[in-house]
Amino acid sequence: MSLAVETLKNLLKQIGKPVKLMEVCGTHTVAIFRQGVRELLPEELSLISGPGCPVCVTAVEDIEKAMEIARKENVIFTTFGDMMRVPGIKKNLSEAKAEGADIRVLYSPIDALKIAAENKDKKIVFFATGFETTSPSVAATLFEADKRGISNFYIYSVHKLVPPALDALLGSGEVKIDGFILPGHVSTIIGSKPYNFITEKYHKPSVITGFEAGDILQGINMLLEQIASNRAEVEIQYKKVVREEGNPKAVALINEYFEPCDAYWRGIGTIPLSGLKLREKYKHRDINSVVKIETSFISGPQEPKGCSCGEILKGIKTPDECPLFAGVCTPENPIGACMVSTEGSCAAYYKYGGFSG
Amino acid sequence: MDKILLAHGSGGTAMHKLIREYFVPEFDMKSLGDSAIVDLPDSPIHPFTHLPLKLAFTTDSYVVSPVFFPGGNIGELAVYGTVNDLSMVGAKPLCMSTGLILEEGFLMKDLKKILASMADAAKRSGVKIIAGDTKVVNRGKGDGIFINTSGIGILEDGVNISPSNIKSGDKIIVSGTIGNHGVAVMAERNGLSFNPPVLSDTAPLNQMVEEIIGYGGVHAMRDPTRGGLATTLKEMALESGLCFSIREASIPVPDGVRGASELLGIDPLYIANEGILIAVVRKDAAESLLAILRKNRLGKDANIIGEVSEAPEGKVLLKTRIGGTRVIDMLSGEQLPRIC
Repeated sequence: MSLAVETLKNLLKQIGKPVKLMEVCGTHTVAIFRQGVRELLPEELSLISGPGCPVCVTAVEDIEKAMEIARKENVIFTTFGDMMRVPGIKKNLSEAKAEGADIRVLYSPIDALKIAAENKDKKIVFFATGFETTSPSVAATLFEADKRGISNFYIYSVHKLVPPALDALLGSGEVKIDGFILPGHVSTIIGSKPYNFITEKYHKPSVITGFEAGDILQGINMLLEQIASNRAEVEIQYKKVVREEGNPKAVALINEYFEPCDAYWRGIGTIPLSGLKLREKYKHRDINSVVKIETSFISGPQEPKGCSCGEILKGIKTPDECPLFAGVCTPENPIGACMVSTEGSCAAYYKYGGFSG
Repeated sequence: MDKILLAHGSGGTAMHKLIREYFVPEFDMKSLGDSAIVDLPDSPIHPFTHLPLKLAFTTDSYVVSPVFFPGGNIGELAVYGTVNDLSMVGAKPLCMSTGLILEEGFLMKDLKKILASMADAAKRSGVKIIAGDTKVVNRGKGDGIFINTSGIGILEDGVNISPSNIKSGDKIIVSGTIGNHGVAVMAERNGLSFNPPVLSDTAPLNQMVEEIIGYGGVHAMRDPTRGGLATTLKEMALESGLCFSIREASIPVPDGVRGASELLGIDPLYIANEGILIAVVRKDAAESLLAILRKNRLGKDANIIGEVSEAPEGKVLLKTRIGGTRVIDMLSGEQLPRIC
């Protein structure tokens, strides 16, 4: 480990100016804090967290709609646990549950099919959130539902795609980043090719990196080597898991059921073709086309006043630069979504940065 | 917040806030420990040691779902939980009562199994179940079975186990591997299976506690149940007003728990345990106490995981494997699985 840190310091000396890298994925943010990587890094190297927490970027409007669906008679609403406490306008799914909505936390969408088979008189809805890491399992669940002839299973898709978000981020010119630590898990599915635009269009070094301290330091060193030699390539550090072509089977499954659509990212705005919606032939699985959802009470993005989640997700601000951070906004009382998910930047800064306890 | 949420029962910050804001003012509570020490007006004298006796009293309710999980069931959990709560203040558990709330339709054969397991557990712990109550609620108004147990223990005079005794320089010992109970229950609840299976560590700690108290030098003890090792250490650090420094590499985490934690996206430090204890002990007694623990079957994986120092007050600091330091806080909300 000390050798890797030595190499890192030498490379920085060679580069001769401060370097700013973005870790795109929330799992990286947490891994970096949890393993104490940050403390080993010299001042000239700063790591900033990116938009890579699917919980954090789910729009307030989608949370409100999810609660509307969950409150309906004859609906059992199922979701990943992280979504339970994401604030809507006034309430969250956890509070909707306490008020009587039938909301169940699942570890895997496939569990929803069991609930569907046991509750034939009800509509079972899965809140399909997450990046390319979770969309294949939702697609596989839809496939299984068809195979088992389960007709009362629906999804509410707010799936998001990582590469278009990075494109939007770089295209906006707001963010000054020297290189990207790319997500290991997402890349397991999509491989390295979808990131080529980062190097071709923006000439930014990128390395797909694993989650152990050793992986992360090695990934950073690979980025620094690229910067030092003025190269910009998409490299894979996490070779034991990620292949250049990704997982073609999983990608084919996603493409069978979903097609890209414009999507609203909390704090960032609408990014073209950065979401996934069900294809026309699978519309009967889309809860939006089956039940009427009253949305007139939602006007605009409805993001909380003073919350800097948007700038934090874009890497313009660090969480401690938000006026609400650690004062009004804490993991017990999250105002912005970045404080909700354990993998949100604000929650990670709060938990591991010495602001709590 | 105008309603009770599940987070209020998770053992973390929400529950602490609930107790502080709602229970403490109503009941004029002096201590927030799991067991209360009761001074008797005319202390009876111990027949052999001739020292005056005090009573320890505790109560706990069990709502675990599923009621049968790898390595145990709700019945033995209810007995051992109360035995352990009494043991953590240094009391010898004597007897307990139990209250059962049963849901209409609950299977007789399951009830029989649970009661037999309670009887076995009481025997193994050397306590008697001497009073009880049973209520039945309508189908859909309970989750099969809920069990309350309340227990009385005897505290010999001179035994004083409390976080207020913790001193700078003390060593922190954990008596076994962490995370087993929580992972066993989560695995059962979610239809996951691990090979080899992760079993709950539910067990009575009173025998082991007697052995280490007999040796001396034990300042404080806690069993890290809900909220796990991290939350319990944080409670002890806050109550003692001292700093707890622990080393990640010294904390015994079994491979099964580590693997399951990665899979489920949870931190082993925050997973519930039902058969281990944290002991904060005098520095010069630590090695001997560790040896005593390791001789006991339940303590074979015991380890010294860190030390207590003056500052920063009330903090728990973890030295990571690669030499970084991170601040450990209580569990916030529930431990929820990640989605990516």
